[in-house]
Amino acid sequence: MAILITRDTRVIVQGMSGRIGQFHAEEMIAYGTNVVGGVTPGKGGETHLGRPLFNTVREAVEATGADASLLFVPPAFAADAMMEAADAGIKTAVCVTDGLPAQDMMKVKRFLKRYPRERKMRLIGPNCAGIISPGIGFMGIMPPHIYRPGRVGIVGRSGTLGYEAASQMSALGIGVSSSIGIGGDPINGSSFRDILELFENDEGTDAVIMIGEIGGPQEAEAAAYVRDHMTKPVAAYVAGLSAPKGRKMGHAGAIISAFGESAQEKVEILQDAGIMVAPNPSSMGDTVARMLGLKVAA
Amino acid sequence: MDIHEHQAKSILSDFGVPVPRGHLAFSPEQAAHASRQLGGPCVVKAQIHSGGRGAAGGVKLCRTEGEVRSFAASLLGRTLVTKQTGAAGKRVDRLWIEEATDIAQEIYLGFVLDRKSERIMIVASGHGGMEIEDLAATDPDSLVRMVIDPAAGLVDYQARELAFRLGLSGKQIGQFVTTLRACYRAYRDLDAMMVEINPLAITGSGDLVALDAKMSFDTNALYRRPQVAALRDPGQEDPRESSAHDNGLAYVGLDGDIGCIINGAGLAMATMDMIKLAGGEPANFLDIGGGASPERVVTAFRTVLTDPNVGVILVNIFAGINRCDWIAKGVVQAYEEVGLTLPVIVRLSGTNVEEGREIIRTSGLPLLSADTLAEAAKLAVRARPTPLAAE
Repeated sequence: MAILITRDTRVIVQGMSGRIGQFHAEEMIAYGTNVVGGVTPGKGGETHLGRPLFNTVREAVEATGADASLLFVPPAFAADAMMEAADAGIKTAVCVTDGLPAQDMMKVKRFLKRYPRERKMRLIGPNCAGIISPGIGFMGIMPPHIYRPGRVGIVGRSGTLGYEAASQMSALGIGVSSSIGIGGDPINGSSFRDILELFENDEGTDAVIMIGEIGGPQEAEAAAYVRDHMTKPVAAYVAGLSAPKGRKMGHAGAIISAFGESAQEKVEILQDAGIMVAPNPSSMGDTVARMLGLKVAA
Repeated sequence: MDIHEHQAKSILSDFGVPVPRGHLAFSPEQAAHASRQLGGPCVVKAQIHSGGRGAAGGVKLCRTEGEVRSFAASLLGRTLVTKQTGAAGKRVDRLWIEEATDIAQEIYLGFVLDRKSERIMIVASGHGGMEIEDLAATDPDSLVRMVIDPAAGLVDYQARELAFRLGLSGKQIGQFVTTLRACYRAYRDLDAMMVEINPLAITGSGDLVALDAKMSFDTNALYRRPQVAALRDPGQEDPRESSAHDNGLAYVGLDGDIGCIINGAGLAMATMDMIKLAGGEPANFLDIGGGASPERVVTAFRTVLTDPNVGVILVNIFAGINRCDWIAKGVVQAYEEVGLTLPVIVRLSGTNVEEGREIIRTSGLPLLSADTLAEAAKLAVRARPTPLAAE
C-alpha cells in the first residue's frame, strides 16, 4: 500500500490541454498512473492524450468516477479550481502552481471546512512538486525514475530537496512507499503533521523522513505529533542553517520571522521529540539508513 | 513588497485612520516650504524602507524653518544604516515633513498573517514605540493577540475588547474601533502581508493618531493591485535583486565569495548550508526556477557575477521539470558570452543527466564536475582563489 495515490486512484488533470499540463500528464500516463480524463472549460467533449475532456470537474467526476485531481492552473485561477474540485467530490487534489496570493489560500482553507469530514477534500500544495507512490503512479512534476519502490515515506516542503533525499536513499538501496511535497507557501493545504498521520496509519510504510526548512510553525507542530502519537521512527532534515533572519529565501514561506523558526531552533525542537536529524543535506540517505538499523559505509 | 511611510499613511488615511498633516519633500527648499505651510514645530523623517530610522539619525523634531532646511540638506542623498538595513544601508531620496504631535502614550498596533491559524492576526501592546521584536523580548506580557475569521471579518466587539485590554477609555474606544476597522479593510482589500502602526499615539488631548505606518504587500497579488504595484520604489531595492527578479530568478545577496546557481529554493538553502559546513561562505541565494532555458542559465551567471566578491561559482541542479542538457549548454554558453575566468563547479542530477554531463565533459572548458552535493561543496571551497582569513 501507499498513501494518497494507490492502484485504485482515478486521476483527472485540471488544465490538461495547456502546454505544461499536457507535458506532465503524458509523463504520468507513461509511468502507469491511472489518468481518466481532463478538465478544460470550453473544451468539453474533445479528447486529449486519448482521454476525454470535460467542461467542469463535476462532469468529469460523474463520467469517470475520478477521486483525485492534479491542478495545472495559473495562479490567478488556481483558488477557484481548488474550490471547484472540492465541491465536485474530489478526495485528493494536488496543486503544483506557484505564486498564489496568500488571501486566496485563506479563502480556500475556509471553503474546505464547510464539508463534513467524510467528504472533505485533502489538498496538497500549492507550490509543490506533487506526490508519488513509486511503481504505482504519480501526480506532479518530479522525475519518477529516481524513486525506488519501498517502505519509507518522504514528506517535504521543497521539491528538489525531496529528489535529493530520494536519490541518496536509492543509492543505498532504500525504497519509498510514497513521497509527498507539501509546498513552500506560508499557507498550504496539508501540513507535515497531516501527512505524518497518514504515514503512521499506512501498512506499507515503516518509517518516515521529513524535510523541513526555515520559517513557520509546522515543523514544531509535527515534532509534537511524532512525540505524542507516532509509533514509527522519523528522521528529519531542516534546510536554511545559513539563512539570515528577515530575508525571504525563495519560497514565500521561507523567512525567519518569529522565535522557533530558524533552522537551528527547529533542529533542537525535532531532536527533543526523539527525531533523528541529518546534520547536513548530503547525509539524508545515511540518516534514514541508520534509523532503519542498516549498516552504512563510512 | 514594501512601501514608504508617507505612502502607507496616505492609504490608511483614505481608509479612515487619523494621521497628522504632512508634506513630501525631495529638496531642502521643499522641506522648508512644507514647514512654513504646516506652521509651528515639525518632524522631519527620512523615507527609507526600514525601521529603526530614529536611532540611525533619520528623524528629528525641528522648531524653526531654518532648522528644517539644514537638517533636510544633511539628510538628503545620505545613506542611512539602521539595524534592519544591513551594512549597505539605504539612500535617503525623499523626506516626510509632519506637524509635531504632543504624545501622552504610545500604542503598538500590527496586522500580520498568522501562519499557525492561517488567518490575519492583530498584535497590539500598550507599550508602543519600540520595535515589536524588542517588545516581544522585554515585555511579552504586554502583547495582546487576536485572530480574525475571514468569513465574518473583523467584528466590532473584538476591536472594543482589544481597546479595553489596552486600557483605553471614553472617546478613544470609538476612535480605536474606527482605526482597527480601517487597517483591517486596507489589509484585506489591498492584499497586504503586514500593516503596522507604531506608535499609535494618544495625544495630550486624548485623541488617537498614527505617528508612523508601515505596509508590506503580497507580491503574488500585485497583478490585481496595480495601484499598489505603482508604489514600488526601485531606489530602495538591492539593484542585483531587482534585476534578477525582473529576469525570473529569485536572488538574495549575501556576504561570502562562493556564487551559487541552483534550482529549487529548498535545494538552494541546503547547498548553502553544505558550503558553510565545508568551510566556505555563500555569496548569494539563487533559485533558477523550473524549465530553465540555456539563456536563463546565462542570465543567472551574469547576475551572480554582478557581485565583485564572487571568486568561484557552484552550479547545483537536480532536474525534474528542468533538463540537465539545457543547463549544461547554458553553462558553456555563459563561458563564451560572459568571458568567464573564475573556476566553476557543476553538479548535475535527474532528467537527462547523461547528456548534460557529456556536454560538460567534452566542452574543453575548465569546468569541475561533481557527482554529489557534498563533493560539489568541497570542490567549491577548495577552488576559491583567495581563501578567507582563518577565523
